[in-house]
Amino acid sequence: MLPLNANIVKIVDETPSTHTFFFDHLFEDAIIGQFVMVWIRGVDEIPMTLSYKNAITVQKVGDATSRLFDLKEGDSLGLRGPFGKGFTLPKEGENILLIAGGVGAAPLAPLAENVFPSCSEVTTILGARNVNELLFMDRFLQSGQVYITTDDGSAHRCGFVTDVLDEIDVSKYDRIYTCGPEMMMKRVFGILERESALERTEFSLHRYFKCGIGVCGACCMDDAGLRVCKDGPVFNGKELVGSEFGKYTRGPSGQKKLF
Amino acid sequence: MMNITGLRMKNPTILAAGIMGTTGAALIRMAREGAGAVVTKSIGSQPKDGHSNPSMVKLDHGHLNAMGLPNPSYEDFLPELEKAKHKAGVPVIASIFGGNADEFRKVAEGLMSAKPDAFELNVSCPHAMGYGASVGTDPVMVKAVTLAISEITDIPVWVKLTPNVTDIVTIGKAAQEGGANAVVAINTVRGMAIDIHSGYPVLGNRFGGLSGEGIRPIAVKCVYDLHEKLDIPIIGVGGISTWQHAIEMIMAGASAVQIGSAVYEGTNVFSDISEGINRFLKEYGYTNIEDITGIAHERF
Repeated sequence: MLPLNANIVKIVDETPSTHTFFFDHLFEDAIIGQFVMVWIRGVDEIPMTLSYKNAITVQKVGDATSRLFDLKEGDSLGLRGPFGKGFTLPKEGENILLIAGGVGAAPLAPLAENVFPSCSEVTTILGARNVNELLFMDRFLQSGQVYITTDDGSAHRCGFVTDVLDEIDVSKYDRIYTCGPEMMMKRVFGILERESALERTEFSLHRYFKCGIGVCGACCMDDAGLRVCKDGPVFNGKELVGSEFGKYTRGPSGQKKLF
Repeated sequence: MMNITGLRMKNPTILAAGIMGTTGAALIRMAREGAGAVVTKSIGSQPKDGHSNPSMVKLDHGHLNAMGLPNPSYEDFLPELEKAKHKAGVPVIASIFGGNADEFRKVAEGLMSAKPDAFELNVSCPHAMGYGASVGTDPVMVKAVTLAISEITDIPVWVKLTPNVTDIVTIGKAAQEGGANAVVAINTVRGMAIDIHSGYPVLGNRFGGLSGEGIRPIAVKCVYDLHEKLDIPIIGVGGISTWQHAIEMIMAGASAVQIGSAVYEGTNVFSDISEGINRFLKEYGYTNIEDITGIAHERF
């Protein structure tokens, strides 16, 4: 599939570091947690999870995202996708827990909205560096109870999402979903492993992608050789046991980078 | 068990270079999925990030790619190769590239301690300036590079050929004269796609190589021509995604086949193809693959 041409119809400044880009194209059949390859022509193509059926929410972190931030409403992008494996949706009446850190709220906010009508309880632990960086707080609040943490204590509890997770009773949740910085998810993994809850937890991961379609192997994780772009980016906690998750990642050349 | 240049393989399907070959774990996974042997990502002397994305797009009849030989360098790849050798349970072939004979030799020597089962010399990547096809379109260079590696090692040396030449047989002969134990044909066919909304070439590198369905007849013809003139085995690659395709390639003259882009459809492609080949041989009363290798040359 060649990239489709999408026009940017609206840009929302969500936080000082994140913008949401709305397109004139709806990915109707996309499963929440799937990603699209976003082509900033003449620059690069990067994977981005869908934060709405017709939008991505991007944090400015490097060259490609900086160039994306230079785009204005009316400009266009190339899009391919949706690709990869998304979240497993809960069954009716289940209790679910979402653990979001920073821009990791992007795939979890649509999940909260989607499951809110059918789940009996949707609880979110939302963390950010500071009060201004709390992403999609309203979307989570409209779906259920929200615990908020900030690294610097500028809003609610000073600390990390794992401080809350450590205190709540995770046994009441039928399914748990998490997305955020890998070091955060590693600590989430540790707590949920201790609570024997890995099997009911899904992690949304990030790796450097080249092809994005499961062929080249650049995003394969040790030790099972799972492709993050095709077998993921959403993985069940059990799939990550004994893997490179939380330890290292690989750059474009394939060289390891320790966390 | 079959024997390809001394490598003992349980079936004739080989994972092609550049596919699922960046890590030891990925190579092991492909071996477990049924590949009879696996070829690593092409490894060079220095770490390379490769071209910017998009680096691979699916078209109607194949895939277009320009990865740009990304690799962590032989030094960093060594542990991955050791791991693959230790756990894959099938022959592991190290694909290597360089700009000249000295660079090829340096990479081969650097990987030698991991005991790869063979080297595959990449003289055919169509979109890496100074590497790949820049070497592989010149028979003098191909012979020199092949000689440089076959002189320093006892393991088999395979040479992967580019179809982007006037006469692939000239290049194949140069490899044979340089001491190659087999040739692998073909690498991707030069190609390009342009985004009509913006006028931008789609690939980050602007142009790249076409693989998959669309190039199979080109590969079959190259293998057929090479079989006519060469004395060493030919490993056929290019657009194979079913056992019927594999049989066709073998009948053109291939002793084994490599599979690349077809991994897109599913990693079970190796077992599907090797089982299909076995069913075919049985149904048509052949005992092994050699019975049909190159039989198209006797039928006209």
